[in-house]
Amino acid sequence: MSASTQEINNLINQEYKQGFVTELETNTFLPGLDESVIHKLSKIKNEPEFMLEYRLKAFRHWQTMKSPEWAFVKFDSIDYQAISYYSAPKRKEDGPKSLDEIDPQVLEAYKKLGIPLDEQERLAGVAVDAVFDSVSVATTFKGKLKDAGVIFCPISEALRDHPELIKEYLGSVVPITDNYFAALNAAVFTDGSFVYIPKGVRCPMELSTYFRINAANTGQFERTLIIADEGSHVSYLEGCTAPMRDENQLHAAVVELVAMKDAVIKYSTVQNWYPGDKNGLGGIYNFVTKRADCRGENSKVSWTQVETGSAITWKYPSCVLTGDNSVGEFYSVALTNNYQQADTGTKMIHIGKNTRSTIVSKGISAGKAQNTYRGLVKVLKSAENARNYTQCDSLLVGDQCGAHTFPYIEVKQPSAQVEHEATTSKISEDQLFFCQQRGLSAEDAVSMIVNGFCKEVFKELPMEFAVEAQALLGLSLEGSVG
Amino acid sequence: MLSIKNLHVSVGDKPILKGINLEIKPGEIHAIMGPNGSGKSTLSHILSGKSGYTVTEGSATYQGKDLLEMPPEIRAREGVFLAFQYPVEIPGVSNVYLLKAALNSIRKHHAQSEVDAMDFLTLVKGKVRLLEMDEKFLYRAVNEGFSGGEKKRNEILQMAILEPKLCILDETDSGLDIDALKIVSEGVNSLRSPDRSFVMVTHYQRLLDYIKPDFVHVLAHGQIVKSGGAELALELEEKGYSWLEDAEASA
Repeated sequence: MSASTQEINNLINQEYKQGFVTELETNTFLPGLDESVIHKLSKIKNEPEFMLEYRLKAFRHWQTMKSPEWAFVKFDSIDYQAISYYSAPKRKEDGPKSLDEIDPQVLEAYKKLGIPLDEQERLAGVAVDAVFDSVSVATTFKGKLKDAGVIFCPISEALRDHPELIKEYLGSVVPITDNYFAALNAAVFTDGSFVYIPKGVRCPMELSTYFRINAANTGQFERTLIIADEGSHVSYLEGCTAPMRDENQLHAAVVELVAMKDAVIKYSTVQNWYPGDKNGLGGIYNFVTKRADCRGENSKVSWTQVETGSAITWKYPSCVLTGDNSVGEFYSVALTNNYQQADTGTKMIHIGKNTRSTIVSKGISAGKAQNTYRGLVKVLKSAENARNYTQCDSLLVGDQCGAHTFPYIEVKQPSAQVEHEATTSKISEDQLFFCQQRGLSAEDAVSMIVNGFCKEVFKELPMEFAVEAQALLGLSLEGSVG
Repeated sequence: MLSIKNLHVSVGDKPILKGINLEIKPGEIHAIMGPNGSGKSTLSHILSGKSGYTVTEGSATYQGKDLLEMPPEIRAREGVFLAFQYPVEIPGVSNVYLLKAALNSIRKHHAQSEVDAMDFLTLVKGKVRLLEMDEKFLYRAVNEGFSGGEKKRNEILQMAILEPKLCILDETDSGLDIDALKIVSEGVNSLRSPDRSFVMVTHYQRLLDYIKPDFVHVLAHGQIVKSGGAELALELEEKGYSWLEDAEASA
């Protein structure tokens, strides 16, 4: 074993720095799932009747479905009866009106993660709808957004206050029958974010939600719905971390974006859920359905994601380019280390004329991890002059990991142009030695090389997020030198 | 500055260096010459800390410290600089970013504060002019798409900015046309100082026309078979290496 291989191993074997458990009294359902659980859930959340019907319909459909097996990931089958479907931090009366009322331990947890809510509120001007376990415990900057006519609230609140919008849009991008996990989510989702940007409004600030899974064995079923009405503009940031756990935790979120005529939605994610320990034990299962419908002409949706966490990541933020001249973009960095598995990519469905899509995917594998890009570019007969450009790069760190690329291209329109480029490279010992010879530690060198590799994606992230993403990449790679 | 005593180095089971002795004092320029396969590159690699080599015997002391014990980045921070024969490309990482990260890691090692962004740019731009490089180089990815000459000049630029004490030039002249060779040599000459030493590893004498060494050592079969002044290089140019190798074989 050469010195550098040994270094790799030493460096890889570092512990997850963000692993800790916040002790909170939680009001949690007993594990198990049947219709009575859904009734109870809907009731505890004070939902309108139509929502209960929606959930039951989804649940009944889900029962007829099978867990999909096509992804390039391996995991033991999930016992859905062993999961508790509701967990909320205990709240006094109606819950907090300001940060002062938030459980100090919750605030402390955010601080440990480097996400000081109070500082953000003061300094960054970012409105945060923080999801702690399944209930949103803090929503800030509401006033300013309200002045602009922007609705940004927990989806459970939107269900009560804006049922007409929910009725019209919920499930309109990802129907309950879409897939196994989406159906499950529709049946049991507990909370998430709701955003509505009215016509012609440019959202005055970047909207941000920090997710956090806390209670052991509580599946998290987030539901996010963002509607950008005609000519509006919104940038949404989603960032996640989770504490260390022994048991696998399921996360099956659904995110739906609707962009009307001339609307622009930019959705950025930094995901750093607990990836499991160095032996592959524990870690989050992240099975997410994210989809955008560019419903109106000239609309644009841009997904940017930096995925470093989770034991298994299985997600394909997609764009359905319905409106003529609409644009879909997907910029992704997916990093896997140790025994992590990621099967991620995107789908671009071209329906309208002159629709354009860009895919830039950067996969990094280290340790014994497997990293898969899976992407679909589908051009329908109606999509005259559709254009797609796909670039798919893989970087290997060490010699025990894997990178895989599965591009699917279906074109039914002869005027379409579809390009696909793919590369696979390795961080060479020569590159490492060169950087070390200039005074950089092996860790800094790997981090620098990987950040260079990801540059095209990072430049798509909002500034403060880009800095965070670079730091996160460094943290996640600590150790993987090769 | 550097004292190498009876250094034996192997790659796997194969001995490459078989008892090197070398004393380098501050301000001196030593040229290491020799035919292919004589161990020249191994010597520059072992001094700069590249992995894959085993020291089986002997020592190398740098400024009173055991050089061979130090990890490569510590050697770099202590002032050992290797100008690579084949500088690597690092896509997406700009030259200026690497330079700043490198300079700061060295400053930190010496308990100095990080260099101010403006001061850094002033420093770098001055050095860029010195080496007759285009400022655009700074913002291009490290060595990516550089010509052979540009890569070597980039190495010298890094040397000029990091201001090492012991500079090892590994076949810096290889792949350079005569104009590039002049520019690189001028760059090196401008860095000569009484407290900076150079080890130039080269196959050909032509580099020594531009950078005049104080000492020339001939390496053959893993040993220094002859040492002398600058005139030895000329003799080698004339006679080739075989007479020395033969002499060694018959000795």
